[in-house]
Amino acid sequence: MFEKTGIPSEEMIMGKFPSIERINKGAVAVVECYKEIPCNPCQTACKFGAIIIGEDINNIPKLYADKCTGCAVCLSKCPGLSIMVVDGSKLEETVEIKLPYEFVPLPKEGQIIKGLNREGEYITDVKVLKVLNPKSFDRTPLVTIEVDRKYLYEIRNIQVEV
Amino acid sequence: MRIEEHPILNFDKKKKIKFFFNGQSVEGYEGDTIASALHAAGVKVLGKSLFLHRPRGFYCAIGNCSSCLMTVNGVANVKTCVTDLEEGMNVEIQEGKGEIV
Amino acid sequence: MKQAELVIIGGGPAGLCAAVSAARSGAKVLIIERNKDLGGQLLKQTHMFFGSEKQYASLRGIDIPAILISELEKYKERVEIIKEATVVGVFEDGVITVLEKEENYFKIAPKALVLATGAYEKYLSFPNNDLPGIYGAGAVQTLMNVHGVKPGNKVLMVGAGNIGLIVSYQLMQAGVKVEAILDAAPKIGGYLVHASKVRRMGVPILTSHTVKEAIGKEELEKAVISQVDEKFSPIEGSEKTLDVDVMCISVGLTPLNELLAMRGCKMKYIPQLGGLVPLRNENYETSVENLFVAGDATGVEEASAAMVEGFLAGLCAAEKIGYRLDNFEEMKNDYLKQLEELRSGPAGKHILSGIEQIVL
Repeated sequence: MFEKTGIPSEEMIMGKFPSIERINKGAVAVVECYKEIPCNPCQTACKFGAIIIGEDINNIPKLYADKCTGCAVCLSKCPGLSIMVVDGSKLEETVEIKLPYEFVPLPKEGQIIKGLNREGEYITDVKVLKVLNPKSFDRTPLVTIEVDRKYLYEIRNIQVEV
Repeated sequence: MRIEEHPILNFDKKKKIKFFFNGQSVEGYEGDTIASALHAAGVKVLGKSLFLHRPRGFYCAIGNCSSCLMTVNGVANVKTCVTDLEEGMNVEIQEGKGEIV
Repeated sequence: MKQAELVIIGGGPAGLCAAVSAARSGAKVLIIERNKDLGGQLLKQTHMFFGSEKQYASLRGIDIPAILISELEKYKERVEIIKEATVVGVFEDGVITVLEKEENYFKIAPKALVLATGAYEKYLSFPNNDLPGIYGAGAVQTLMNVHGVKPGNKVLMVGAGNIGLIVSYQLMQAGVKVEAILDAAPKIGGYLVHASKVRRMGVPILTSHTVKEAIGKEELEKAVISQVDEKFSPIEGSEKTLDVDVMCISVGLTPLNELLAMRGCKMKYIPQLGGLVPLRNENYETSVENLFVAGDATGVEEASAAMVEGFLAGLCAAEKIGYRLDNFEEMKNDYLKQLEELRSGPAGKHILSGIEQIVL
């Protein structure tokens, strides 16, 4: 189905998420790159050796969650914008999710915006905690949102109403 | 139909350029081609096909396909998608194959 | 008649890389570019590139020409650039003819040529496919990303290859609504990370769908789409009408090969490479001695591959006319290895099956 619609299955998604224990310990990347393509900037970007592609640049990146610090440098380097960072260590009820967002207007800190799933459907309101857009991100800003824990595996995009 | 704000690119408005389309005064900006200025002004029909006189717009926008030929300052068959807009240009829809000056 | 050592036709990704590589080898290089600016189609690629660091991965296409041009600056005493000039003929005696700014017509006798003319967008047949509002996807990219003009309000994207997916994303970045992306194939042709990126913006990707007809008087007003069966025949009763004022055709590119054919290069029709392409050896030299090719003109691929081909063809063309770098073999093998890497995945298999048929 994925190859017909661009929507990964639940099983595929779960295969990319680190364990909930790891997520609850602190920020960690989720690398949603499902298909071999010739591409390896995520490996080059990671100073901690937490994303490994190996010799053949067509390999699917493998995340070593124990080495990942959740620094999010890879998020703005991935040409497919396929990486996000999740952090379940802050609050009981919610998780923090960092997403790349290349649209205008950017949301503002504190703003309540729409959270969308992988089909672009509205699922829940989310709170914007932080918007980072330094020069080093090269015009791929990162938006940190606070999301109800039950949507951890569903949320993948945001919508800012104009 | 101009992009006002863009996440990657910067489209600060440049100098205005006035030109004529079928005798009517139209405005474009520096950096426009004739076709982009016309499109921004809402003009999509740039010509008519030779035999059936069907409306023609641009297709490739990089000077390959010849779908955007117009008469410019009296010169026929100008590729308007790759010709820079200039002040006072007289741009006209071309009927038929155009006269060779 | 103007004399020259190495003439490079086309200043896009392949041509610029060929120029850098040849000038670095010591050859005097003359680039002839049709447009006002160097960079070719890179000038409208606002997205980050794939590949590895060596092919400028993770940089945006729009930022790559400046890097290559500054690289060329290092050898400026032996680099000449003629812009707004079209090569209109390549003749049997090796002489080429150039038309500069529609008024200055002259001949050049180069020792060797690298032809990097690129490709052009294919069309699709359906009733009223000539209505204004129906544009090549690349054309819409030029309109938006070079000129800052929106193509319209609601877009139907025809073709779910990388260009279709990327341009859909860029349309949304420009504030234009994409109603749907369709493709006659049963599977998405482009990279799935691109597909997921537009899908999570809410754009449906309709595989096994085609355009049945366009509707409009002077301009596109509606598009009728329909599902297709395994044999790509429209399924009766599955038609849907979409209100769109723009349709982007993104059904592939075909090499700009006229000059190669004119010179008498041996050519072959290879569907996997987009059409008629020249036979060439490992060094990207065609059946005509000292005539090299690079980029989409030798087979349509990603820009990353075009750049590596450019570096390789420039290196080898310079070597052929007497400018051999001390580490020539090492450089050449590195470029060959990069190309092998770029083509070794599932997406590259298709390309390789085409290339196998054209290597001399």
